[in-house]
Amino acid sequence: MPTREKARVMDGEAVRRALERIAHEIVEKNAGIEGLVLVGIRRRGVPLAMRLAGRIRAIEGGSVPVGVLDITLYRDDVGLGGHQPQVYQTDIPFPVTGQKVVLVDDVIFTGRTVRAAMDAIMDLGRPASVQLAVLLDRGHRELPVRPDYVGKSVPTSRREMVKVRLTETDGEDGVVILEKS
Amino acid sequence: MQGKDLLGLEDMSRAAIEEILDTAGPMREIMHRGIKKVPALRGRTVVTLFYEASTRTRVSFELAAKYLSCDTVGVAAAASSVTKGESLKDTARTLAAMQPDIIVLRHPRPGAAALLAREVPAGVVNAGDGAHEHPTQALLDLFTVREAKGRIEGLKVAIIGDIAHSRVARSDIWGFSRLGARVFLAGPATLMPEAVEETGARVVPLGEALYDADVVIMLRLQLERQQQGLLPDLREYAAMFGLNRERLAMARPDALVMHPGPMNRGLEITPEVADGPRSLVERQVENGVAVRMAVLYLMAGGGAKTHDALD
Amino acid sequence: MTLLIEGGRIVDTVGQVLRRGDVLVKDGRIAAVGKVDAGDDVRVLPAEGLLVAPGLIDLHTHLREPGFEAKETILTGTRAAIKGGFTCVLAMPNTRPAIDSGAVAAYVARAASDWARVIPVGAVTRGREGRELSPMGELKEAGVLAVSDDGRSVAAAGLMRNAMRYARMLDLLVISHCEDETLSAGGAMNEGYTATRLGLPGIPAAAEEVMVARDIILAGETGCRLHIAHVSTAGSVGPVDNTLNTPLVKLKNRFGPGLPTRVAKLPALVAPAPLNSVKVCPAVKVPFVTMLKTPS
Repeated sequence: MPTREKARVMDGEAVRRALERIAHEIVEKNAGIEGLVLVGIRRRGVPLAMRLAGRIRAIEGGSVPVGVLDITLYRDDVGLGGHQPQVYQTDIPFPVTGQKVVLVDDVIFTGRTVRAAMDAIMDLGRPASVQLAVLLDRGHRELPVRPDYVGKSVPTSRREMVKVRLTETDGEDGVVILEKS
Repeated sequence: MQGKDLLGLEDMSRAAIEEILDTAGPMREIMHRGIKKVPALRGRTVVTLFYEASTRTRVSFELAAKYLSCDTVGVAAAASSVTKGESLKDTARTLAAMQPDIIVLRHPRPGAAALLAREVPAGVVNAGDGAHEHPTQALLDLFTVREAKGRIEGLKVAIIGDIAHSRVARSDIWGFSRLGARVFLAGPATLMPEAVEETGARVVPLGEALYDADVVIMLRLQLERQQQGLLPDLREYAAMFGLNRERLAMARPDALVMHPGPMNRGLEITPEVADGPRSLVERQVENGVAVRMAVLYLMAGGGAKTHDALD
Repeated sequence: MTLLIEGGRIVDTVGQVLRRGDVLVKDGRIAAVGKVDAGDDVRVLPAEGLLVAPGLIDLHTHLREPGFEAKETILTGTRAAIKGGFTCVLAMPNTRPAIDSGAVAAYVARAASDWARVIPVGAVTRGREGRELSPMGELKEAGVLAVSDDGRSVAAAGLMRNAMRYARMLDLLVISHCEDETLSAGGAMNEGYTATRLGLPGIPAAAEEVMVARDIILAGETGCRLHIAHVSTAGSVGPVDNTLNTPLVKLKNRFGPGLPTRVAKLPALVAPAPLNSVKVCPAVKVPFVTMLKTPS
């Protein structure tokens, strides 16, 4: 679908500063890194989680385990006609029971992805708590889900598309808003 | 996936096969969790309709369905109305009226799955139709090899035994050839089907098949072949075609040993080799569940496309 | 040890009779043939007026051992063979037990090395009963080079085809005794006027020809090497000059020159004696004998 870039909401520097701040907030809110684990939601939540772990290590000196979660099999729109979405590997090589799990994703929109991610985490164990860190909150929640850590809040219209670019997946850092042309 | 059913690999495209293999990996991870269940196919119903006795394949399919949160119903033909003379068509129509989403069929006649697929709107998975095809077995074989070797393209695959009566052999021939392996067949001349080289596989003496092979697939020998006048006796078969350590040494040192099971230890394969370090027989069983999960998942939606964000 | 066989009429391996000459044997091997000057310190065997030939091979003998030692034994059979110049015989498997296992085959092969070399012929089917294949792989290991159910045919075409495929895999020759027992059943002599006159049940030529045709077709299809034993009817062989339209001629034409079939003509034991004093199976037939005598 042809689109055109309407606005650049964050540039590379803004992304880096936001992640730095979120890393500090995570450490502060949890009084350190004891019992803390990060779980990145595929796809772009994964490099973000890795970067946060790196920032946290720089801040606290210790390392936080990072897992990869694919929520495809927990989606609420599976098999509703048309093709099934592609499934990717989930890799969480540590127990989640009793841990403070911080879910990491690039954008929160309706909240359905987070709901699916929470269901998945619950099937893997019984965490002490689940928190949510996102780079961008674009509004329009359809479920009662709220992030604990937000890089930036940007109101958008439903017709718009928000595109997060990361060096690891797209070659550069930035967040843009697109609309159909 | 092409179409609503999985009937065989003969006409399956490379892309469709790889789609299933790519999906099976993530599915297998679920089998190792404490809670072996994801809600992906919640509320779907899978009926296993088996006209031939089978424990492993049926359990494999039923577990695959349950891990995806399907409801399952198992029909064993001996206990069912089939013994009262109900035809496959009538059984199909009766079941179809109860609105299952997927029917898994194993039947002694070739083409039975295709017949069922025409009669019911449900998706039909062929779990073995006579000597024709057993696609999920070949898919799990492909998955196992691809995982162990990193690829299928260019590998030398030897399939040994009663090729004439084997649906596994046929599906393996189609699947491995489609993905670019070189397939070699060996076995007693009385158990080698006519014109099989037209599939692209080559029929060669046992030594030539094993020499430098990357994968050795041993087929089960049905014990009644002796009564049917096709073999003198099992002892001679074991002596001439059984896979023992000496014969295995002709293959590459890192060759994989596989068997669709159940194995006749001491007949087509010695216990030493069957339980040896290169045998992947148990891994095949594990992968079977994962591959069947992938098949059911893809069938429920009609195929995968690039992930759209849920939000 | 050196032996000079002097002055005989030498027959070579394709049956040509050469002129008179000598044969020099050194350390168990033939060293020279023709006009040989062997020097001294040589044992001389004068052969003036005698035929000097390589040891003959009889492709079809019944040594009756194990099981029928009252009729013949390997010892008596091979001694008789040697007396006739046959240094190697193929022993048919209609013994008791039949040569359908490696153990019996090895026994027969070992039994008479002093007199003649015995190559056992393995049975095609277990016990020669025509129901299950015999373990030809094991038989080959024990020294068998050919298989046959001689004395009987393999009645079921399906089983014969499997047997030929299996034998071909092992490169074994199949020697076929061609007789459809449902046609020859109860017969005591050839069908014909004499049988009618005497009131004896007769054996039709078709009993042999039907099986010959079948086995040739199956051999052509499976690629198995086939030898048809003791042919006795004109219909089986076809005429010497190929003018008659017999089934075999048609089959040969269909499969072409590569057909691995050899047909054994009944040996010219057809002596001047009246035919009804010669009792063999299959029974000899007059038209066939006439055909054999026709110069080729």
